Amino acid sequence: MLNNLTTPHDYPGKLFVVEGIDGSGKTTQLALLAKWLSAAGHPVVLTEWNSSALVKAATKTGKKKNSLTPMTFSLLHATDFADRLLYNIVPPLKAGMIVLADRYAYTAFARDAARGVDRRWVRELYSFAVKPDLAVYFRVPIEVSTDRLMARRVKLKFYEAGLDMGWSSNAIESFRIFQGKVLDEYDRLVEEFGLSVVNAVGSITEQQRTFRRLVSQHLAIEETNEQLDEQLA
Amino acid sequence: MNSLTNNSPDAESLIRPGSYYGNGIPYLPIDGYPGKIIAIEGTDGVGRSTQIRLLREWLEVQGYGVIETGWTRSELMQPTIELAKASNTLNKLTFVLLYATDFADRLEKEIIPALKAGFIVLSDRYIFTAMARAGVRGVDRTWMRNLYGFGIAPHLVFYLKIDEKALIRRVLQSRGMDFWESGMDMKLGDDIYESFRAYQRSLLREYNSMADEFGFRVLDAKRKVEVIQDELRRQIGAFLADSDASSQPASASVT
Repeated sequence: MLNNLTTPHDYPGKLFVVEGIDGSGKTTQLALLAKWLSAAGHPVVLTEWNSSALVKAATKTGKKKNSLTPMTFSLLHATDFADRLLYNIVPPLKAGMIVLADRYAYTAFARDAARGVDRRWVRELYSFAVKPDLAVYFRVPIEVSTDRLMARRVKLKFYEAGLDMGWSSNAIESFRIFQGKVLDEYDRLVEEFGLSVVNAVGSITEQQRTFRRLVSQHLAIEETNEQLDEQLA
Repeated sequence: MNSLTNNSPDAESLIRPGSYYGNGIPYLPIDGYPGKIIAIEGTDGVGRSTQIRLLREWLEVQGYGVIETGWTRSELMQPTIELAKASNTLNKLTFVLLYATDFADRLEKEIIPALKAGFIVLSDRYIFTAMARAGVRGVDRTWMRNLYGFGIAPHLVFYLKIDEKALIRRVLQSRGMDFWESGMDMKLGDDIYESFRAYQRSLLREYNSMADEFGFRVLDAKRKVEVIQDELRRQIGAFLADSDASSQPASASVT
């Protein structure tokens, strides 16, 4: 099998990845990181999970008809990933840029396994992926993430809430069950793939400080805490 | 790894017809389903669809329930694959993955329910076509075999074998050479004839290399339609007679 995902890449650029369940705050953290990197003069490219035009129509059809199975759900996301890897991730890495990925292969490992897809199969499926220089997992208890989503009045979608699995017909209840399984899977991944864990319950600024410290180990950026606090104020 | 390309010498014997090649789909156990999968493989222009039409007729006359399946016929993926092919934005991995998604959709929505209900599934091409196309394009073989570890090993695989020269004449006589069947995405050259030849030659090599691994029953596709059909019926008839005999409970048999 291919072992790209477990072997360091030799592109001149850097790949930083955030992971976590919905409502973990990872997208907020990634946006703040991007600001900091850009301000320091680093060319930054952002890529999001499941965003390629290639599979949009199929995903939409499948979601509208609620006809996606755990396997087709998994394969469509892998197709999306392969497309973005080729067009949006590898070229900037070759050009020496910083690629920030909001979710990466680990999201597939966690979600697909939570849906009952074979763990080893998904890992081998994504073995063509580039190994990130740093993957940060924003760990948060389900109660906190659910509260955050509810406060934002986020309407839970069918697949995001895991309603396709038939564990509960109540969206919030189903979401809790599904995310609980996803959290268990993430816990396995931390050790398996060496994810850096950030406690995502703490203040946004505190988390961002930790995040930047982790990232700066991979970059020639010297930054003091005072500067950081100033920017975040 | 648990996929079909185990390095052990008895790897072939690990393939059990009617079971998953690899770990399969954990939430869909399929062992013991009464249906059968019969796949007809071969490149374009070898006459697969004609043979399948005749087989279906013959099987139904005998009282077997039959469904047909074939690539890109899934409701989920057909429009996307057509669009992607037309816009020429596919690379080898997305090409492979779109087809795998199509296969997974048909497997879960058509093939597995049919097996459960005791149908004979006639598959116009099977995963071997996907593997041959990927192999020609340099996709990692082990990765491909793991990918299709959720596929179900057919009970019978017939490979309609043809040589390059005969294939070219047939294709030109019917509908001509098209972009994808000529491997024009591989940019082997601007000349569609040369590209078709080189592409089909490598495809045939891929199919041949899989014959032993997956237990193809090889038939000479240059023979007449009726001759091939007779051979197919003879082999399928023998197989069905065997499995009907072994699955028939004693009380249900007519004495």
